[in-house]
Formats: sequence, structure tokens, C-alpha cells
Amino acid sequence: MLEYPEWLRIPLAEWVDAVMDWILANLGGVFDWIGDVGLQVLLAVEHALLFVPWFVLVIAVGALAWRLIGKWTFGLGMAVMLLLVGVFGYWVEAMTTLSVVIVSVAIAVGIGIPAGILMAWSNPVKRVLTPILDAMQTMPSFVYLIPALMLFGLGRVPATFATLIYAIPPVIRLTDVGIREVPGDTIEAAKAFGANRWNLLFDVQLPLARPSIMVGINQTTMMALAMVVIGSMIGNRGLGMEVLLAINRVQIGKGFEAGLAIVFLAIVIDRITNAFAKGRPAKVTDAGEKTTLKG
Amino acid sequence: MSRETEAGEDRLESDIATADARASGGDVAVQVEGLWKIFGRNADRVFNSDLRQLSKTELQAKTGNIVALRDVSFEVKSGELFVLMGLSGSGKSTLIRTLIRLIEPTAGTVRIDGADVLSMPPRDLLEFRRHSISMVFQNYGLLPHHTVLQNAAYGLKLRGDDKDSREERARATLETVGLSGWEEYSPAALSGGMQQRVGLARALATDPDILLMDEPFSGLDPLIRRQLQDEFIDLQDQIGKTIVFVTHDLHEALKLGDRIAIMRDGEIVQVAEPEEILSNPHDDYVRAFTQDAPVARVYSASTVMEDPDVLLYRWQGPRAAHTELARAKHDWAFMVDKKHRYLGICTHDLVDGLIEKKVKSIDENDLDRPEPVSPDVLIEDLFGLVSAESYPLPVTDDQGRLLGVIRPRAVLEALHTPEEEGSDA
Ligand SMILES: Nc1ncnc2c1ncn2[C@@H]1O[C@H](COP(=O)(O)OP(=O)(O)OP(=O)(O)O)[C@@H](O)[C@H]1O
Ligand SMILES: [Mg+2]
Repeated sequence: MLEYPEWLRIPLAEWVDAVMDWILANLGGVFDWIGDVGLQVLLAVEHALLFVPWFVLVIAVGALAWRLIGKWTFGLGMAVMLLLVGVFGYWVEAMTTLSVVIVSVAIAVGIGIPAGILMAWSNPVKRVLTPILDAMQTMPSFVYLIPALMLFGLGRVPATFATLIYAIPPVIRLTDVGIREVPGDTIEAAKAFGANRWNLLFDVQLPLARPSIMVGINQTTMMALAMVVIGSMIGNRGLGMEVLLAINRVQIGKGFEAGLAIVFLAIVIDRITNAFAKGRPAKVTDAGEKTTLKG
Repeated sequence: MSRETEAGEDRLESDIATADARASGGDVAVQVEGLWKIFGRNADRVFNSDLRQLSKTELQAKTGNIVALRDVSFEVKSGELFVLMGLSGSGKSTLIRTLIRLIEPTAGTVRIDGADVLSMPPRDLLEFRRHSISMVFQNYGLLPHHTVLQNAAYGLKLRGDDKDSREERARATLETVGLSGWEEYSPAALSGGMQQRVGLARALATDPDILLMDEPFSGLDPLIRRQLQDEFIDLQDQIGKTIVFVTHDLHEALKLGDRIAIMRDGEIVQVAEPEEILSNPHDDYVRAFTQDAPVARVYSASTVMEDPDVLLYRWQGPRAAHTELARAKHDWAFMVDKKHRYLGICTHDLVDGLIEKKVKSIDENDLDRPEPVSPDVLIEDLFGLVSAESYPLPVTDDQGRLLGVIRPRAVLEALHTPEEEGSDA
């Protein structure tokens, strides 16, 4: 009597399974194809990263950081952190991890910004997307591994897919917020001079939403990095895999090293995307009221 | 129109001449008929029912709808500066926005240069906004990520002009508004008054037939506002655009308007020339507007003071003063010391005399010295001072520094309310 009644259960698990089966049976070819292309892209990016000599990359990151912030100490700090990843012996793994982050963030931005624009333009779209994004962000991250695994099997492609899904919400949300926060006066003025929807988007909305969008990209990147590590559970090589192996073998020292390498990589990526988000320290030239002493 | 003008005030004279020319000839540039705007849900249903007969407050209480425009009709002649005036919430901004459909009216017609604006398909509306009409906003509405030059050229860019020609044109327009040299700055680096000059340049760059201005000078402090108004009057004398100008400031309306429309709760209560509004207010609301804006009692000296056209510095010798005076409109100029403290008025005769006697410096005791006034003195109280005075009144702060000068004419203009009608010196 007091036990939970069987008739009040919904067999949701079976339904989901049925849907996945159907997808695999009917669209399996499509996913195979996506998986192949995805793998080629991922490998290409990884090869490119490994093709660049390590010291060139370290110097380039340092120089970029220096240029963005304008302080050489900052540039040096970033270069040293990246160097430490190599010092711990994880250069190749770090580049593998980085390649997955780069590809998934690129796709997330490519989908997320247009989605955010649609969301800002249309209230119905916003009403539909908001609960979906909320759900995506509250879901434990490894849940995404299941459909990824089913669709693409093991390896870095499903890890990239899971990363993409997990990391995309911030860039969508912050694009929407950024565009909606553009002052009405500015929009109105542009309209008064004959701006159409696309003029408004490219001349006013996107440029003024830029800081917000960049914060979104920064958050998406950080989430992607976190997810890539979890992606090692479905066979994604890289830093996450090293941590996982160390845990399984109870090699505390090794796990610590790999963990630190992830932290340093995260800090470097975070600081650099953050610097992009803030933009170069703008030179605002101050000028007082110009009183033209006219007759 | 029988306004007497004082000799020597050539600007006022030419104003009246052009205003007369406009009033007599001139086709209709803007024609508005039976315009309604009801905000809120089911606006059309409210409009098509008896509910629209209700007063603004009654309707708002009953259905939540707000009548922003109620059966508004008026015409603006070509080349006329038509002022819309009214209290906050009377519908001025709504009205001016419906003219280019930044707000879609609920009912009525708007014809601009013969074209029926409200029935234009979207494409035509864009072309109309790009070529025929421009707007200046109270909050400037500049693009913060563009330079001053790019902002001024924005209307031309939208209309498809190539980069070189639009920048050339924008440069020229920036020059007419006194902003040469600021082209490459970001708007954020400019003061409010200068930003509004950019807004004006952007509006003029497309050489529109009609200019809409929604409280363009209201956000500026009084001195800058006066200065921009004066320059704007000069500019309008040259370009002679048809202008619809919104303000809630009677002083500004009287100064700029060829005709003034007074709005209340979305209706136009009276349309008339400034003199007529003052001497013959249609009802108590308008009368309250003209009297209750007790210009002379509310405004202080600081609101009517201006920068002197030429300023002399004491350490300059008679010869330097002589050259400076050649630039002045009059044969005298105000003189200050190093700390910008007011010393007196230096005349041409004095300087000539000193040069003849080969004296190398100017003694401040030789200067004429009208008593300065403080910026807080009410205009009412200035009246007695200026009528007797041939020189403008110097305004100084408590340290004796010269803040500005007040032309006698400026005081008379400010005092010009119905009571003083006819007592015009
Ligand atoms: N988008 C809107 N939705 C609902 N009501 C509005 C809207 N815009 C304006 N109103 C209302 O319409 C009326 C007229 O507003 P409008 O802005 O035209 O007044 P205004 O004369 O320009 O006032 P101000 O001097 O304050 O600028 C006001 O009662 C205002 O509350
Ligand atoms: Mg307004």
C-alpha cells in the first residue's frame, strides 16, 4: 500500500531508448558521416597545433597576452604557465585537449551567436529557448556523454559533441542579453536614418553587444575545457585521460601533475579570452566644451 | 505681423524678413490630419468604439490604454520652423515620431511633400527616411563605436554613398556645425553640446527636405543651450529647412519658432505665431503656459548671459588690443586680468589715444567700468540696469571673475511676456 505504485510510473527511459533506436536506425548514416568529417577536422587542428614548434607557441601566447593587456609581466606569466604544461610532460596531451576545445567552441560560437540573435529579435523564440537552456545548464555534465556515445561511439568526436552541447548556453544567452541591452535611443536613431534590420544588426546591435558576447565566448570556452576532461570517460585522449588513468592506478603524484597542467591551460585560455572580451584599454581623449567665441 | 525691431539688431530683422517671406509664399511641406495614437492592447478596438471619446485619464483608468495623440491636425509650410510645445506627457515626442513612423499611429494621415507616409510599403519608407527627412534626438543617439566623422556620415552610408564622397560631405557638414578637427574622436570624448552638434551634422549631411528635432537642446546646460540656439538660428537662416521642433521651454519656442503649436493631453490646443500666442492665448492652459512660465521671475542672469565676442587681456599692450578690437563687432571689448577677473571695458578711442602717445601699457583706471552683476540675479531685476546701459552687463562670480556678458536685447527678449506687450523699448 505504501510503496510507490507501479501504475504511476512513466516509462520515460524506454521512450528515450526508442527515440535513440529510431535515430540510429534511420539517421545512422548521417551521424557516421558527421563523425568522419568531425574526426578529420579534429585531427587537422591537432596536427596543426603539434606542427608548430612548442617554443613558438609559448612565445606567441606570451606576445599575444602582452599585446592584449599591455603589460609584459602578464605576457611572461602566460608564457611560463604554458611552458609548465610541457615541463610536466603533457605537451602532446594538452594539444589534443586544446584541439577539442577549439573545434567545439568554434562550432558553439557559429551556432550560438545566430541563435542568440534570433532569441533577441523574437520573444516567442526566447520563450522556447530559455527553459531549454536552463535545463541544459542544470543537467550534470556527464549525462551528455550518453547520447554522444550512442550517436558517435567512443573517441574524440563524441567528446566534442558532448562538449558542444554542454558549453553552448552561455554564448547564446549573452548574445541575447547583449543585443537586448542596446539602448533604445541608439536603435531609434539608426532607424530614423533608414537602417533596415541588417543595418541595425551589423551597425548597431552586434557592435554594442560585443562585450557581452565576448564574455559569453569566454564562459563557453571555460565550460568546454571542463567538459573535455570529463569527455575522457568516453575515450577522449588528452589531459583528462591522464587524470583518469592516474586515479585508476592510484598514482597521486602523476594525477597531481596532470591536474595542474589542466589548471594552467585553463588559466591561460581564460585570461586571454577575457582580455579579448574587455578589449584593448581604450584611449579616451578628454575634451572640454569648445566654446566658439563667435560674434 | 507687426513686430518693431530695434536698430542695430540685424539678426532679428533678417529673421523677421525671412519669416515673412515664408509665411506669405510657401507650399505645404507637412500635412497631418486626424492623427490618433492609442498605446496599449487592442488599440484599434478602442479607437473604433465610443471609448475614444473618454478623456485620457478616464480611458487609462478604464482599459489601461493611453491616448497619446487625439485627432491632431496641422500643416507646416515649406521653410517654416514649426515648434511643438507642451507639458511632459502631452504627446510631443509621439507626434514627431509618427511623422516618420518610428511610432505607428492608430489612425489619421500624414503627408510629407505630397507623399502619403502612412501607406508607404517598407521599402519606400526606408528610402523616404534615407533621402527626404532626418531627425535629431534629445539623447543624441550617436553610435559610440564610430568616430565623429563616421557618425556624421552614417545617413549617407545607409543610403549607399561610397566612402570617399560620404566622408567628404560629412567633413563639410561637421565644419558648418563648428566641429572641424574633431572628426577622428570618439563621441564619448565630446561634451554634450558637441555631441549634439554631431547629431545635427548627421541630420544635415543627407540634405533632407525636412528636419525633425525632439528637444535637441534640452539636455544641455543653459549657457551651451543658448549658444547652440543662436548658432542654429544663423544656420537656419542660411539653409532654410522645413523644421518640426519639439521643446517644453517657452523661451526656446519664442526664440526659434515661426509658429508654435501648443499641445495638451495629446491634442493641439492652439497653433499661432509667437506674438499671437503671447497676446491672444486660446485658453487658460495656454495662458498659464505663457504667464506661468514667468521667464523673468524664474530665469536668472546666468541663463541669458553669453560669451563676449572678443576678450582683451590686461597684459596685452595697446597695439595688441588694437588688433583684437578689429575682430570685435563693436568698438570696445571687455578686459580681464590673468586670473580672468573683470577689469572693465576698453574702447577703441582709448587704445588709439595710448598708441598715439606711445604708451606701452593700458592702465585699468582708464577703463569704463559698468557695475558687474552676479549670475543669480533674476532677469526681472536686470531690467532697470540694462535699459540705462549702453554696454552689455558683465556677470562675475564672487571672486570677481568674468563669467559672461548680457546684451540688453537678451533681457528684453526674456522679459517679453504679454504684460510688456507694447512697452517694447
Ligand atoms: N511606448 C509607450 N507605451 C505606452 N504609453 C506611452 C508610450 N510612449 C509614450 N506613452 C505615453 O504617451 C503619452 C505621450 O508621451 P510623449 O513621450 O509623446 O510625451 P512628451 O510630450 O514627449 O513628453 P516629454 O516632454 O516628457 O518628452 C504619455 O502619457 C506617455 O506616458
Ligand atoms: Mg518627449
